[in-house]
Amino acid sequence: MTFEFSASVEERGVDVSFTVADGETLALLGPNGAGKSTVLAVAAGLLRPDRGRVVLDGRPLTVVGDGARQAWVAPHDRHIAMLAQDPLLFPHLTVLDNAAFAPRSQGVRRAAAQATATQWLEQVGIPELADRKPAQVSGGQAQRAAVARALAADPRLLLLDEPMAALDVAVTPALRQTLRRVLADRSVVLVTHDALDALLLADTVAVLEEGRIVEQGPAADVLSRPRSAFAARIAGLNMLVGTWRGDGVHTPTGVDVHGLVTGPAPTDGEPAVAVFPPTAVAVFRQPPGGSPRNALSAVVTELEPQGDRIRVRAGDLSADVTAQAVAELDLAPGSEVTFSVKANEVSVYRL
Amino acid sequence: MSRVHRDVGVPGWIYVPALAGAVFVLLPLIAMVSRVEWGSFFELITSEGSRAALALSLRTSAISTLACIVIGVPMAVVLARTQFPGQGLLRSLVLLPLVLPPVVGGIALLYTFGRRGLLGETIDVLGLQIAFSTTAVVMAQTFVALPFLVLSLEGALRTAGSQYEVVAASLGARPTTVFRRVTLPLVLPGLMSGAVLSFARALGEFGATITFAGSLQGVTRTLPLEIYLRRETDADAAVALSLVLVVVAIVVIGFARQGRTAL
Repeated sequence: MTFEFSASVEERGVDVSFTVADGETLALLGPNGAGKSTVLAVAAGLLRPDRGRVVLDGRPLTVVGDGARQAWVAPHDRHIAMLAQDPLLFPHLTVLDNAAFAPRSQGVRRAAAQATATQWLEQVGIPELADRKPAQVSGGQAQRAAVARALAADPRLLLLDEPMAALDVAVTPALRQTLRRVLADRSVVLVTHDALDALLLADTVAVLEEGRIVEQGPAADVLSRPRSAFAARIAGLNMLVGTWRGDGVHTPTGVDVHGLVTGPAPTDGEPAVAVFPPTAVAVFRQPPGGSPRNALSAVVTELEPQGDRIRVRAGDLSADVTAQAVAELDLAPGSEVTFSVKANEVSVYRL
Repeated sequence: MSRVHRDVGVPGWIYVPALAGAVFVLLPLIAMVSRVEWGSFFELITSEGSRAALALSLRTSAISTLACIVIGVPMAVVLARTQFPGQGLLRSLVLLPLVLPPVVGGIALLYTFGRRGLLGETIDVLGLQIAFSTTAVVMAQTFVALPFLVLSLEGALRTAGSQYEVVAASLGARPTTVFRRVTLPLVLPGLMSGAVLSFARALGEFGATITFAGSLQGVTRTLPLEIYLRRETDADAAVALSLVLVVVAIVVIGFARQGRTAL
């Protein structure tokens, strides 16, 4: 019960293979033009690769190339639904009829299809919008409706193409939580630019650069210790995993990190992650006293120039400071430092 | 409230030729209306010949509009949504009746479906007689009106793009379902205005009709033919009937404009 994908499209310089296990979410991270859209198009049956093999649940969908018996399944018969940046709700149908589109197309009677649709609209939190036309809902609401419509098709695999890239930053955290809930037990390929999406929605991450997968592994590993240049640039987020203890994330090394809870609040003892960008970190040689900041003791392992800033690495943590600050603090590998970050720069998520 | 002007404005002299053009189009209509014998207007347009011609025109134009929809929608879809070698050439050829003199179209139809035409013998064997029948009127009208529908619908299809169709397919809809539930509803305004334009073109059709169908009262003599014949013998009737066609044309333009704003 898996999705096996391998394809090469010479015209676009793409040659990619991966598998998605049943119920697993794979995030494809990569810069523009890395071949992410090509991968999705091949998977959905919109593009015929020069060589390739796409198999879902043991059923060959696309088989092109030497030796093997060729196969081609039309897009509508693949049980693969797609959700793009643009919700693309059918403008002439109400939100409810949009969500009922897939069951209706599969021959389900109108009443039963609408019942399924209503159930999915409730799942994504917009049952009250059922009778509206797409032009009468906001971008975030439209994307929720598009999620409901895709899930109502009961696809064996869901392809998400930067589902939150076109949305207002104010609505993305809530939609991300909704996606986390409804995608939990599904097989998903998620294309994204956002390390946080990958961390919170995906089990595994594959980094795509110039049409090749350059890095692949469990989401938390790839994102906290990126080896490829792209992953380092977009990820490089500081992520401290631990358990939630009343007012902070308690890490196994005995540090408490305080921050703002985003999404549903974790309960005591539940696993949680504290996330903050390197740019939010201030570096001190002496622990700063008396301020409401998170102070993390660390030993510098590496100094790495990044444009006009220098990234100070200390194990899994990193901070971005100016070259002047590095000089003033006399930083070098082995220096004992304190990384300080304000609680309101830290986002805490339940895992 | 002050309104912000975003245009850079047009040169002042350009209004002169623009106005001359408008006068050139409208003046003949006014001249014609001024020649109408209002006293006998109703009598003239309800004479037996007039009523027969009007009824025949409306009936044949309605049927040929339907025929345009039945064959034109698939043509537009194939042109807008598929790719095959020679497609550009085929598109130009299909649109040929748009620029062809209608008389030439009539002659072409005659040498295809007429008794001595390409398919004449086949049609004879089937016991049919097309040329100089009402069927011929419908065929002539469909021939000249078809490009209007194909052109307008193909444009609407290209503007709408295929992204909604891709989504529909990924939701498990078969191509026929996608066509019925997504493609057609999305281009409905374009289809409506195309159909209205085809109807208008069919209603005004003259050259191909008189060549291929002749002019037999009640059978093939449509309103434009009736007007042309009456012009010699009864100018008042010709003017009155012309006014009827102008009114119909104005109503049609109204419909077409509505379709466009809905788009």
